[in-house]
Amino acid sequence: MIETHELTKNFREFRAVDHITFSVEPGTIFAILGPNGAGKTTTVRMLTSILQPTSGWARVAGFDVVRQATAVRASVGVLTEQHGLYERMKGIEYLDFFARIYHLSPEDRQRRPLQLMEHFGLGDAVGRRLGEYSKGMKQKLALVRAMLHDPPVLLLDEPTSAMDPQSARLVREAIKELRREERTIAITTHNLTEAQSLADRIAVIRKGRIIANGTFPELLQRFVGAPLMELHLTQYLNGAVEELTGVVEVVEKGDRWLRYRASDPVIVNPQVIRRLTGAGLDIVTLSEVSRTLEDVYLQIVEEDEGLERNVERNR
Amino acid sequence: MSSVTDRLNVPLTYAQETERSPRQSLRQTLDNALIVTRREVRDSMRDWRIMVPIFLLTLVFPLLANAMTHIFTSFFKSNGAEDLLPALLPLMPMVVGFFPVSISLVIALETFVGEKERLSLEPLLSTPLTNTELYLGKSFAAMLPPLLASYIGMAIYMGSLILGKQQWRPELLLVIQIVLLTTVQALVMVTGAVVVSSQTTSTRAANLLASFIIIPMSMLVMLEGTIMVQPHKRYLLWYITVGVLVTIVILVRMGARIFNREELLGRSLDQLNVRWAFHTFWQQFRGPVDDQFSLRRWYRQSVFPALRSLRSGTLVVLICLTAAFFGGWLAAARWTVPLEQFKSNDQTLLDNLRSWLELGQNNPRLVLMAATQNLRVLLAAGLLGVFTFGVMALILVSVPFGILGFILAQVTMSGLSPLPFVAAVIPHGIVEVPAILIAGAAALRLGSITTRPPEGMTVGEAWLRALGDTAKIGIGIVLPLILLAAVLEVMLTPRVVELVLGL
Repeated sequence: MIETHELTKNFREFRAVDHITFSVEPGTIFAILGPNGAGKTTTVRMLTSILQPTSGWARVAGFDVVRQATAVRASVGVLTEQHGLYERMKGIEYLDFFARIYHLSPEDRQRRPLQLMEHFGLGDAVGRRLGEYSKGMKQKLALVRAMLHDPPVLLLDEPTSAMDPQSARLVREAIKELRREERTIAITTHNLTEAQSLADRIAVIRKGRIIANGTFPELLQRFVGAPLMELHLTQYLNGAVEELTGVVEVVEKGDRWLRYRASDPVIVNPQVIRRLTGAGLDIVTLSEVSRTLEDVYLQIVEEDEGLERNVERNR
Repeated sequence: MSSVTDRLNVPLTYAQETERSPRQSLRQTLDNALIVTRREVRDSMRDWRIMVPIFLLTLVFPLLANAMTHIFTSFFKSNGAEDLLPALLPLMPMVVGFFPVSISLVIALETFVGEKERLSLEPLLSTPLTNTELYLGKSFAAMLPPLLASYIGMAIYMGSLILGKQQWRPELLLVIQIVLLTTVQALVMVTGAVVVSSQTTSTRAANLLASFIIIPMSMLVMLEGTIMVQPHKRYLLWYITVGVLVTIVILVRMGARIFNREELLGRSLDQLNVRWAFHTFWQQFRGPVDDQFSLRRWYRQSVFPALRSLRSGTLVVLICLTAAFFGGWLAAARWTVPLEQFKSNDQTLLDNLRSWLELGQNNPRLVLMAATQNLRVLLAAGLLGVFTFGVMALILVSVPFGILGFILAQVTMSGLSPLPFVAAVIPHGIVEVPAILIAGAAALRLGSITTRPPEGMTVGEAWLRALGDTAKIGIGIVLPLILLAAVLEVMLTPRVVELVLGL
């Protein structure tokens, strides 16, 4: 489990992380999104006890990040922003080095690196020097390093960047498998599609502050509004909009289509269908307009920028 | 396909760390450090940029040096100067040993800052290794291959001299001295490189800063060479060894303190931030004084608290001054000055003294001169202290007390009355000695703060804050005391001396 409370980090006068509070339960994937320089990496570094918080506290896998730093680092698998491998080492030597650091038993040191490399399609590269690995292979090996000691908490920075689609899918599957095993996982990413497909909860961080935190549907509801429905008819609308007065508010329309917001589609949509068919209009399709995490993210960031501008203006 | 969540038999040794005995902890620390050392050494051995010079300096250079020694030996013998050979021969093993050791500096810079530059440091910092384990592991890795190369090089060179035509028979003590000097030189370079590496983010910057290690080391080797060719002075090499060992202890303490995750990753640019530096200094100089500044508040809320923080430093300075005084006293017994010729009733002497006292009476220029002299010494102590971890500050403020002890002992031993001498010191000394004590303590702190910056502060910030404290104590306390002492020295002390002498 990961818990933070009012976690803050200053670098001299610059505040990189500003009173952030969140918690991630075991078996949950938590995505931290945000523009470059938002404070994501600093947050991860505090959670791995590399940087000390200026104020506030955090507990990772039940250990305090300041007072039990060594235990925290032993319980966490970290995929850093830059994979930073030792280029002159062979893949297997590299993993053996980390396996020794994590005090794996001799049997596990033999078995586990090979098993994971095999799993991620690096079986053929075991004896090759890391300088000869492709970017994607390096990324996968860095991920293997993070999983090597079977940690209860994983902090993954851009886990699938530089990977081909097949490898990225493999990694996503691995992350989902780890979730099923009740691991606590936090990922920071710019890949919003990935975050949407993986994350159970999402936090958007900007200028060191968490400006939004919730499940995807919660964020959708809060920042983009009720689900948007799109309805297509066989004939021209001709008074169809008037038919729907009092039931829904039409927000957009064309010759043979219209869009409306339905706060509760289960109740609203049957009413809409009844009204229109009752008026002799034939419905071709009725579907929800797909809204992605990207829409939500952009909306959140824009709103925050707007708020900031207002505050600046009022000063 | 195997599972990524396959359960391991991961021993929870890290989480149970608190249950270990100190001995087990030490062993664990060394074991973990050696994991890092093994990797680093293996990595170094795969780097031709390191291995080629080590190979050349270990195997080829001793043989070349040996050939050169043969040529020089023949030259000395043919010119009837073979008596000089026993003095000159030990010079070469030292050089042969130093060259490979100098590579330890390159490896240390590469190991510490190179890894930071290649961005491979963060994964290592994310592991459960402690800062000490990382520091030790990397230091061993930087030191062991060059030191081993150095020993092999020296063995090859000396072996060929001992077993070859030369039939050189060096004293065992001399060989031990050379090996020890080489070892401490490697240690000081590595520990210095760690400090340099921790303060930079690029190998370029680290190499530039490494001149602070290379230049003094080259000078030290030259000094050792000069001593080595004078067999009767070789005992001085032991003092050098001890001096270097003390430096190593200071550098290890400093390195262990500043080699921490926060310092290594928190630093992103080697940029001089003048604005921040001035702000930090000013903030410390002004202290937590409320918005409305007043001199009274500044003294109460800023100067006096800073003064109180110098208590332990003041005690150290007091011990040094006392030791210097008694050292001077003891030295007087060994180097006696014949003072019997001076008699307290010697009329000429008293006349001279009287005219000298009249000359200086109420002369404001003398006040300024006395104050300037003291301030100059204290300023020099502060400046030299910065570059010597405070050691030179202690020496500079202690020297006058050694002289005082020496003179007072001479006077007493000659059977003269010490009273006039005491009268010439005490009236202004009452004010001057506390000023020297405080200034010495501030200079000591300014010099030594870099070896152990307070928790949560970078070396730069700690030093700037110490500078702010030194400046406010200097201006707020030391300067007024020195001025007052100068006034007393010119106006009051001569009157007291006159009174005592009955002039």
